Amino acid sequence: MSGTDGSTSEGTSRAGAGRTSGPTSGPTPGSGSAAGAGSASPGSRDALYDLLRGYEGRPAGASARGRDPVNTPMIRHWCEVLGHPVPPDGSAPATMLQVWTMAGLAGREGRTGAYDELLGALDGAGFTSVVATDCEQEYAQPLRPGDEITFDALIESVSARKTTKLGTGYFVTTRMDVRVGGATAGTHRFRILKYRPGAPAPGSSPSTPSERAPSERAPSERAPSESAPSERAPSERSPSHKPRRPRPVVNRDNAGFWEGVAAHELLFQRCDACAAPRFPWLPGCNACGSPRWSAVESAGHGTVYSYVVMHHPPFPAFDPPYAVVLVELAEGFRIVSNLLGVPCDEVRIGMPVELEFLWADDALELPVFRAAPEQAAT
Amino acid sequence: MNPHAGEPLPPLEIPVTRTLIVSGALASRDFQDVHHDAEAAREKGSPDIFMNILTTNGLVGRYVTGWAGPHAALRKVAVRLGVPAYPGDTLALSGRVTAVTYEAPEAPGGESATVEVAVRGAGRLGDHVTGTVTVTLRTAAGQEGASPGEERGAAPADRKDAS
Repeated sequence: MSGTDGSTSEGTSRAGAGRTSGPTSGPTPGSGSAAGAGSASPGSRDALYDLLRGYEGRPAGASARGRDPVNTPMIRHWCEVLGHPVPPDGSAPATMLQVWTMAGLAGREGRTGAYDELLGALDGAGFTSVVATDCEQEYAQPLRPGDEITFDALIESVSARKTTKLGTGYFVTTRMDVRVGGATAGTHRFRILKYRPGAPAPGSSPSTPSERAPSERAPSERAPSESAPSERAPSERSPSHKPRRPRPVVNRDNAGFWEGVAAHELLFQRCDACAAPRFPWLPGCNACGSPRWSAVESAGHGTVYSYVVMHHPPFPAFDPPYAVVLVELAEGFRIVSNLLGVPCDEVRIGMPVELEFLWADDALELPVFRAAPEQAAT
Repeated sequence: MNPHAGEPLPPLEIPVTRTLIVSGALASRDFQDVHHDAEAAREKGSPDIFMNILTTNGLVGRYVTGWAGPHAALRKVAVRLGVPAYPGDTLALSGRVTAVTYEAPEAPGGESATVEVAVRGAGRLGDHVTGTVTVTLRTAAGQEGASPGEERGAAPADRKDAS
């Protein structure tokens, strides 16, 4: 990711009039500007980013003790497997640092609520895929047989929204400090990209190493719940018939919305504390932070708040050019959607629209909008 | 050894066998199935099992330590993760010294240098790993018989603070 050569166009069916988010915090890889995708508040700050930044500094893993003291058999075994010279003083090779923190097959759920919440918020906003992008270790002192390590991890930083070759998303950096007797032995930083998959990047996947597209998985102790190493892989390309739209990710934070869609109801959330409407569905209120909310059905009357016409790049399930609209509903929230009944070059801001439900394929029904009749009449 | 900026490291090619991937994952206590169970990996969209990050880190450490000698002390390994390494790949490691900082030239026997090495590990699909390794090593003046790779001195590595 060289900073400027990546496409800055957001690939999926969400777009809007958002502008570049605030400055990045800390060293963040990734390229291009932050496209105004995903957030339902165009023309303003990236509300999701504000939410995510609130997690900086919070624990990413419970403090824990290594399952075994640093020991010679594990050192020897590891060196033998990797062909690594055995340190002559009997200490552990520095790059074994993380090994001493691993839970092993018996496992240990070391993640905290804060890290789960952070990932859940990203999932809920559509940034459902994950790749590990960077690993940085610093070694303050060697670990020797008999050393008993303790470690804890925190969410060190969350980047502003970045557009990468894989898609648009946020880099999340965690830092784990490994200690022996209270003194830092080493620090392990680990960065993932939580992203919404973009175009399959026709013809480019394995053949452009200079892009260094991150495509490796997280090791188990931090792997978020999804497990597909690449959403560009065969599953999306194999069907010989017309490719299908991406599937929504339904989780406990947004399940109510999709239940509404199934019942042909467009449900948004209204904060029980301050009555602010919000969309897409999130666990907490963007305005006051309250976690209490009620689902409210929209009457489905709205206007086009903003739109883009997608010409390029093409995506398998979509036929460009087509309009991606940001509709402002009468109840005061906005939703990214498609607009039917009007050619894409005749979409206009302020145009009245009405809610409909569209079967995009035999398994996916979506709320969409149609130009309101009164528009045609005037 | 007296490394200088621009000096290349001898290349090292490591065959990425199924055995290396599986045993590397288990030696690092990483039991995630995509590193040992090909069927499970395929179900999750990967063409095969692939190397875990701890093994990648270890191989980068092996490469630089093998050049710097066993008494050298790694200070930092910072890598960008690229394409996965699958069975049948060859990990072609190359490196180049990008900076050298000498410390305590007046201290007999304690002379050392902190060296930054840019490392690249490429497989058939492209760069598997790229990054920078910082290592503190003894210079020729500071260590008699300091031949990379097979040092025999029994003295513990010099752990003076590199910064």
